[in-house]
Amino acid sequence: MVGTKCETCGRHFFPPRTFCPDCRRAGKIVEHQFTGSGTVVTFTVIHTAAEAYSMLTPYVLAIVKLDEGPQITTQIVCDPTKAKIGMKVKSVFRKIVTDGESGIIHYGTKFVPVE
Amino acid sequence: MRDVAVIGIGCTKFGEKWESSFRDIFVEAGTRALEDARMSGEKIDAMYVGNMSAGRFIGQEHIGALIADYAGMASRHIPATRVEAACASGGLAFRQAVIAVASGMEDIVVAAGVEKMTDVGSDESTDTLTGAADREWEGFMGATFPGLYAMIAQDYIHKYGMTREQLAQVAVKNHYNGARNPIAQFQSEITLDTVMKSTMVAEPLRLFDCSPVTDGAAAVIVAPLDRAKEFTDTPIKVLATAQASDSIALHDRRDISTLDATVAAGQRAFKMAHLTTKDIDMVEVHDCFSIAEICAIEDLGFCKKGTAGKFTADGETALGGKIPVNTSGGLKACGHPVGATGIKQVYEIVQQLRGEAGKRQVDGAKIGMTHNVGGTGATVACHILGRV
Repeated sequence: MVGTKCETCGRHFFPPRTFCPDCRRAGKIVEHQFTGSGTVVTFTVIHTAAEAYSMLTPYVLAIVKLDEGPQITTQIVCDPTKAKIGMKVKSVFRKIVTDGESGIIHYGTKFVPVE
Repeated sequence: MRDVAVIGIGCTKFGEKWESSFRDIFVEAGTRALEDARMSGEKIDAMYVGNMSAGRFIGQEHIGALIADYAGMASRHIPATRVEAACASGGLAFRQAVIAVASGMEDIVVAAGVEKMTDVGSDESTDTLTGAADREWEGFMGATFPGLYAMIAQDYIHKYGMTREQLAQVAVKNHYNGARNPIAQFQSEITLDTVMKSTMVAEPLRLFDCSPVTDGAAAVIVAPLDRAKEFTDTPIKVLATAQASDSIALHDRRDISTLDATVAAGQRAFKMAHLTTKDIDMVEVHDCFSIAEICAIEDLGFCKKGTAGKFTADGETALGGKIPVNTSGGLKACGHPVGATGIKQVYEIVQQLRGEAGKRQVDGAKIGMTHNVGGTGATVACHILGRV
């Protein structure tokens, strides 16, 4: 997971930002490699999804707080009945969605529970 | 700044209007508003139209000009402007109209809202509405709108321990009110069981926690208060207009289950009107999901954080309660044609303040408030209206 960091104030950004909202023009943004570790802040189990995601239902959608600070929206790959607020998770590279049957395959980051 | 008054209101019935087109419904709402203000369209100086996504729903952009044209204003060349802030488009259109009159730039201004959502299937409407959130970092990850509000609900329940039954009472109460509103999409009362046994959408939210897909249009006419009596015997004064913004994505908020933009817009509105929550006789809040009403009444200050579930279950937000909330039936039962909702909220409060709300009338209503949210709280508009 590559995001960004402001060297002026030390704040991390994922999703990456090219402009620090705290330091504004005084900020100095550089690329930053995230550890991919985090904690589930809140989650839901999606039963009714958009068409392209309907084959995944029921799936766990969550907001994860990364160890470096930022929070992101993501899916947790786990048994939906086992998802919990406060659960420790780590990032994995996964297929997110396909544009139709023969379209482009989009990849991205999902998370799995840390045993 | 000049004082501003609402001098005319109009609204279509909300629902699945397959027999009518986009342009049919806004003409109907606008005509009713003009009739209500006993004026002809020749007096209109400008129009602001709230609309979220006609481009996706009916393939039509350039809504300002289209509406001016079909409202018979093309030959007069009046300024007609579309305003977009997702589900808060209507609230912002009203605010722009109020600002235009308050500034002295225009005199008689129409604020309208319109959305025709049922011309596409539910997959496409779900996807279109996801555009009100962060498409790249929420929608792409598999977030739906019910999913985002469900995460607010999970966070809220985790922190404050509200019961599922208390949450369901929001929908029961709003259907009770909707059954007393002739323009509401759903005219029938429901029970706790209806909500609890409905299809699971995104845990813990079930189908009856969610507002529907709706077609509808609403229009109001604003004018300088000192000219209002030319058009109506019951002008309603705009006591405050306020707007606030926050991060587009839910995950970037300070607190997942507090809408800071609601807090900011609410406080600005109360400050501008020199009023507090105690002065408000009824409020229309943005209950796109049951949890949204819970957060709204707390974030506006009508009850303490963490107590709105009990407050609702105790009947304090029902007709006859301490602060009637969503007497129209809210987005849940009256329906939610996204761009029109903010204007319909003003329509409802004006009816209440004029004493024209029929079976859902709040006795002796003098001051009312509206609260209109875009997305999961990235935009909020609040207005306070009062009898003159």
